[in-house]
Amino acid sequence: MFKIVSKQKIAPKEFDIWVEAERIAKHAKAGQFVVLRVDDNGERIPLTIADYDKEKGLIRLIFQVVGKTTAAMSCLNVGDSIRDISGPLGTPSEIEKFGTVLMVGGGVGIAALYPIIKELKLAGNKVITILGGRTSDLVIMKEECAKYSDELIITTDDGSEGMKGVVTEAMKMVVERGDKVDRCWCIGPSIMMKFGTKAAKELGLPIIVSLNPLMVDGTGMCGCCRVTVDEKIFFACVDGPEFDGHKVNWDEFMSRLRQYKDEEKISMDKFEAEVGEPSWQ
Amino acid sequence: MAVTFSKWKTPIKEQDPEVRRSNFKEVCLGYSIDEGMKEAERCLQCKTKPCIAGCPVAIDIPGFIKCIRDGDMAGAAEVMYKYTNLPAVCGRVCPQETQCEELCTVGKMPGFEPVAIGKLERLVADWKYTQEKADAEKAQSASKGKVAVVGSGPSGLTVAGDLAKKGYKVTIFEALHAAGGVLIYGIPEFRLPKNIVKMEIEAMQDLGVKIECNAVVGKNITMQEILEDFDACYIAVGAGAPHFQGVPGTTLNGVYSASEYLTRINLMHGYEFPEYDTPSKKSKKVVVIGGGNVAMDAARSAKRLGADEVTIVYRRSLKELPARIEEYHHAVEEGIIFNWLSNPTEYVNNGEGQLCGVKCIRMELGEPDASGRRRPVPIEGSEFFIEADCAIEAIGQGSNKVLLSTFPEMKLNKWGYIEADPKTGATSVPGVYAGGDIVTGAATVILAMGAGKDAAEAIDKYITEKKSK
Ligand SMILES: Cc1cc2nc3c(=O)[nH]c(=O)nc-3n(C[C@H](O)[C@H](O)[C@H](O)COP(=O)(O)OP(=O)(O)OC[C@H]3O[C@@H](n4cnc5c(N)ncnc54)[C@H](O)[C@@H]3O)c2cc1C
Ligand SMILES: Cc1cc2nc3c(=O)[nH]c(=O)nc-3n(C[C@H](O)[C@H](O)[C@H](O)COP(=O)(O)OP(=O)(O)OC[C@H]3O[C@@H](n4cnc5c(N)ncnc54)[C@H](O)[C@@H]3O)c2cc1C
Ligand code: SF4
Ligand code: SF4
Ligand code: FES
Repeated sequence: MFKIVSKQKIAPKEFDIWVEAERIAKHAKAGQFVVLRVDDNGERIPLTIADYDKEKGLIRLIFQVVGKTTAAMSCLNVGDSIRDISGPLGTPSEIEKFGTVLMVGGGVGIAALYPIIKELKLAGNKVITILGGRTSDLVIMKEECAKYSDELIITTDDGSEGMKGVVTEAMKMVVERGDKVDRCWCIGPSIMMKFGTKAAKELGLPIIVSLNPLMVDGTGMCGCCRVTVDEKIFFACVDGPEFDGHKVNWDEFMSRLRQYKDEEKISMDKFEAEVGEPSWQ
Repeated sequence: MAVTFSKWKTPIKEQDPEVRRSNFKEVCLGYSIDEGMKEAERCLQCKTKPCIAGCPVAIDIPGFIKCIRDGDMAGAAEVMYKYTNLPAVCGRVCPQETQCEELCTVGKMPGFEPVAIGKLERLVADWKYTQEKADAEKAQSASKGKVAVVGSGPSGLTVAGDLAKKGYKVTIFEALHAAGGVLIYGIPEFRLPKNIVKMEIEAMQDLGVKIECNAVVGKNITMQEILEDFDACYIAVGAGAPHFQGVPGTTLNGVYSASEYLTRINLMHGYEFPEYDTPSKKSKKVVVIGGGNVAMDAARSAKRLGADEVTIVYRRSLKELPARIEEYHHAVEEGIIFNWLSNPTEYVNNGEGQLCGVKCIRMELGEPDASGRRRPVPIEGSEFFIEADCAIEAIGQGSNKVLLSTFPEMKLNKWGYIEADPKTGATSVPGVYAGGDIVTGAATVILAMGAGKDAAEAIDKYITEKKSK
């Protein structure tokens, strides 16, 4: 059992929790994730390790309520426990001094981007960060990202904060004004990563994306998470989750994410019928 | 000598095929004690005990059968547990026909079936679980040393049980949230009920074995940490990484590895969705590729999830089928269709990323290959199409790299399996032993257990010698 020691709602339907998981905290590195199961009947779902405190033996998870499991998690409070957590899984991000890095994040993907921003900054890079969302409220972790960024640019679709528009426009702006970018990371909804990659191609930037396919075990034993990169099959849970964005087969990736749409709805409807008033809104 | 007993094994009760094809309950219902005593009468109590040579853990087969014959179930259990910690499992899943029962004297008589050794073993084990737990068998104050076991499949469980009995403090580290390895995530409920596996594991815990789940060695504990904390380590991580043939369309929705398909159903209880959260797709027409136990399990599971038509596509013929013969018969009874001598060449897209059929090609058997089996070769121009909304590849598994990629000191063979002494399990790293599928490649439960037994002896010797220095 893994006890929740703090919980905060950081945006509509988005929660930020710290959980006791000493072994995972001890070994965690930026870019890795856990697979957890809320209770005995639960599904195993992957979540990025958004931060860790090795001294206190804690890990931080930030999640958006999209279906049954994340809804059930949002109903847990401080003192409650998550049944199983295994990790840190996946290959850590490649952290070194590249020069100038452009870090692009959107939605709950910002939680995955943040530890990488932090490590890259500590490794001596100049960090330019672009965070985007539909509206100001949905752009999470602004202060924390700002702390480890030389420059933070915010974009919103509705113009409620920062630049009005999408992250790809900010990417162009940075390159066009003359910053020489050595490497770019883009983590967010798949559609954003797809277009982020397209923009990077036009701008001639190398780009790393963090793929979030469906997973079961998270240790290379089922092949549920397979993705096609550079025409070859990889298992994202062990070979990734980070890949060269230019080589990802995006259409296939996005199609595989929709595999269980009907079942996900059945599960969520059943949960809502049982729980009643949604606390996660 | 006049033969006074039946030519045939005492019949065993099974769920009717018509009924069982739509449920996940156990197919074989087992002997009653009376039936078992009757079957035990068929054993000749051969002086030379040829059957024992066929058993990888050398169970005293005539010994326990004699007890059953005399109605002494407790005695039978006592004999059996000297040799095995998992008899309820082995009695159900051992390929008996090629092991103990193949060498049985009765079976050698023309027209006679061998003694039903596996079924009798199962009877004793199941009987034992109906008895009150004797609290005499309390864990001893283990003091001989500390041993870490990585992986809780049959091999890891066996080494742990044997070392605990010898007085060691044993901790098993298991990556998944539940212990048992393939017994829990691979082999389906209708062949091996999960409560049987749980009971055998609990019996192990009663011996003092500690099991830590969610412990992925190489990720949240390193081999370095293990070697510092323990006197010795046994690696039994299995061969769980699925292979794909790599034909076009492998990443379509509706195409699965058998590992994923079966893990969803067994470990995650997908067949009880939405009571359990993990879904298993209910497909209409299913094609399973392969001919081993894994393929049979996938096909029979698909049927139970409600598929109208399940076809097994196997590149060789019935004669070469690697599955246990009992499972093949059960599959036929349940209406599984077999397409011999054929192989897939493409998974076909319906235009929306979902599988709509499998293109196959007919094969013929050519020259024998390295394994001694005749190698299948495609017959040009013999392509055919099977309509399908689900395809499951069960063509074998390889070694899992999660631990090994973080432990470069460990010497591997050319297939990526651990190189270990076949008698002791000793590896290239002193104090580290290995066995089961991670050494042999995908094999059987009982061979994995046999390796665990041998390694327990070797580890005991290693630690005793080390401590006496
Ligand atoms: C390596 C990795 C890291 C991740 N990190 C985070 C994280 O830090 N925070 C976070 O909120 N989510 C993260 N995700 C996504 C998260 O795993 C899913 O949102 C979660 O599994 C949904 O479970 P559910 O039962 O609540 O919803 P479901 O009922 O399973 O799904 C509901 C909806 O969410 C979509 N969905 C399901 N799984 C995923 C997925 N893997 N990625 C994107 N959409 C999905 C479905 O298409 C569906 O529309 C990560 C995924 C991966 C693979
Ligand atoms: C579907 C199916 C049906 C089968 N049917 C039969 C049958 O009828 N009869 C028969 O005799 N054999 C059968 N087999 C084969 C048999 O199950 C295996 O040979 C046997 O289980 C091997 O045992 P093992 O202990 O070596 O490994 P496994 O049972 O594979 O156990 C390995 C364990 O190690 C864990 N692990 C892996 N990596 C790590 C890590 N880094 N850290 C911690 N833990 C880790 C895994 O999660 C797993 O639990 C079948 C196999 C399958 C897949
Ligand atoms: S363990 Fe397997 S091989 Fe040995 S006696 Fe039992 S069924 Fe036969
Ligand atoms: S070989 Fe057959 S008949 Fe002889 S002792 Fe063994 S089980 Fe009995
Ligand atoms: S999630 Fe099972 S192999 Fe990646």
